[in-house]
Amino acid sequence: MNTLHHHYYFSDMGVMLGRSMRHIFRSMDTIITVTITPIAMLLLFVYVFGGAIQAGTDTYVNYILPGILLMAIASGVAYTSYRLFIDVQRGIFERFHSMPIVRSAALWGHVITSLVSNAISVAVIILVAFIIGFRSPGGILSWLAAAGILCLFTLALTWLAVIAGLSAKSVDGAGAFAYPLIFLPFISSAFVPTRTMVTAVRVFAEHQPVTPIVNSLRALLSGQPVGNDIFSALLWCVGILGAAYFFALWIYKKRV
Amino acid sequence: MEKAIHMNGIEKSYKNLHVLKGVTFEVEKGSIFALLGSNGAGKTTIVKILATLLKPDRGTAIVNSFDVAVQPDNVRQSISLTGQSAAVDEILTGRENLVMIARLRHLSNPHQIACDLLAQFDLSEAADRRVSTYSGGMRRRLDIAMSMVGDAPVIFLDEPTTGLDPQSRVAVWNTIRTRAEKGNTVFLTTQYLDEAEQLAGRIAILHEGRIIAHGILAELKKLFPPAKVEYVEKQLSLEEIFLAIVDKKEAM
Repeated sequence: MNTLHHHYYFSDMGVMLGRSMRHIFRSMDTIITVTITPIAMLLLFVYVFGGAIQAGTDTYVNYILPGILLMAIASGVAYTSYRLFIDVQRGIFERFHSMPIVRSAALWGHVITSLVSNAISVAVIILVAFIIGFRSPGGILSWLAAAGILCLFTLALTWLAVIAGLSAKSVDGAGAFAYPLIFLPFISSAFVPTRTMVTAVRVFAEHQPVTPIVNSLRALLSGQPVGNDIFSALLWCVGILGAAYFFALWIYKKRV
Repeated sequence: MEKAIHMNGIEKSYKNLHVLKGVTFEVEKGSIFALLGSNGAGKTTIVKILATLLKPDRGTAIVNSFDVAVQPDNVRQSISLTGQSAAVDEILTGRENLVMIARLRHLSNPHQIACDLLAQFDLSEAADRRVSTYSGGMRRRLDIAMSMVGDAPVIFLDEPTTGLDPQSRVAVWNTIRTRAEKGNTVFLTTQYLDEAEQLAGRIAILHEGRIIAHGILAELKKLFPPAKVEYVEKQLSLEEIFLAIVDKKEAM
């Protein structure tokens, strides 16, 4: 039965993607929150706190950029769950589901949109970092590896956002899941080395996903060997992605 | 007469709430059928089952000769649904909403289709404004216009005129009549007896999960005691006065 619409898969997805991208570019507050806030954080940490923080690198901007990117992605996916919640609430999903289109297109449209919009904000933030002195000796392969990790991280968080968007009872609830994610980089190696923290905090910081992801990104972008961090970074990303994906699909099947 | 919809012994419960307790009815092809019932009678549940959005616990439902449980894709090819809340995209313009639906229905000329429907539903002027700036009546008209994209043979309208002003209500009624004249089958739910009276060839009354009466208006009227003749001075309803004034203004 599915073969009936198979050749429309990409055209349906294209329409859904075009729709969500219009949503992103027409709500300025989305762009501001997702891009301007992390840039402000970057400037604040580099020019205000940076002088006082001895992180062990020549330029502090090189040190904190990975953590800033993760924060941007965490706040970006809050809008994914918000947009999904609105679609379910307003009955647009019901309209789509009563039409002869690929059933998962509506959901995947949001997921792809999340990837594209987060890639745009990550690119803008890296550009600003370059302007204020960020330099990377890493080669093209290192950059590709870093892009791959960021992509996996975005996908993992996006599927968490899908869970939140489908199960939230209110608009505020839909985005609230992202707050702890946005703050997770603060209790990690993103801004200061974990060895400077008190023991209890340090133990948490060294065993949460942001630390190995930040360490891997930092190593890749500064042309250093990545060590074992890359394995725990990948394990965290793939683990969260897999679990969130199956849980999200389970909720989706139950709801529609 | 060929049947567009055939529902047989449909039951549906939500947790402990037994909403539909064996619903059976038929709708003839090309007719307007009204399902009348109070709030919470289960009208929307019936529409959702026929539109493949909900699976019934028991019973069969056939739409355009396809079984909703076995051939949901074919059913979706055959129908359009206008749900209770206006399912329009607020951030897109009216035109973009229509083009989007035409593309998703894989039609060859989405822009022309959008243009025609905007004109037909009196939305041409507002076509390139975002839907968030539309009034309730405009939203509903756009919502129904979106359901007309692709000219599906069976059209479901769940309380299409709830919350509309009298003018928009009449406009929606006219659209429904036009579609039926063209041979589409229209299935609508309503809380208003006068709406069912105005439009529908056949009416079914849903009460506490069952169809308690089913037939043409004249047959339903026979179920009630014969009308007594009384002489009462004719009072114009507010709606009639409103329409009379507005028509006069438009004529000038």
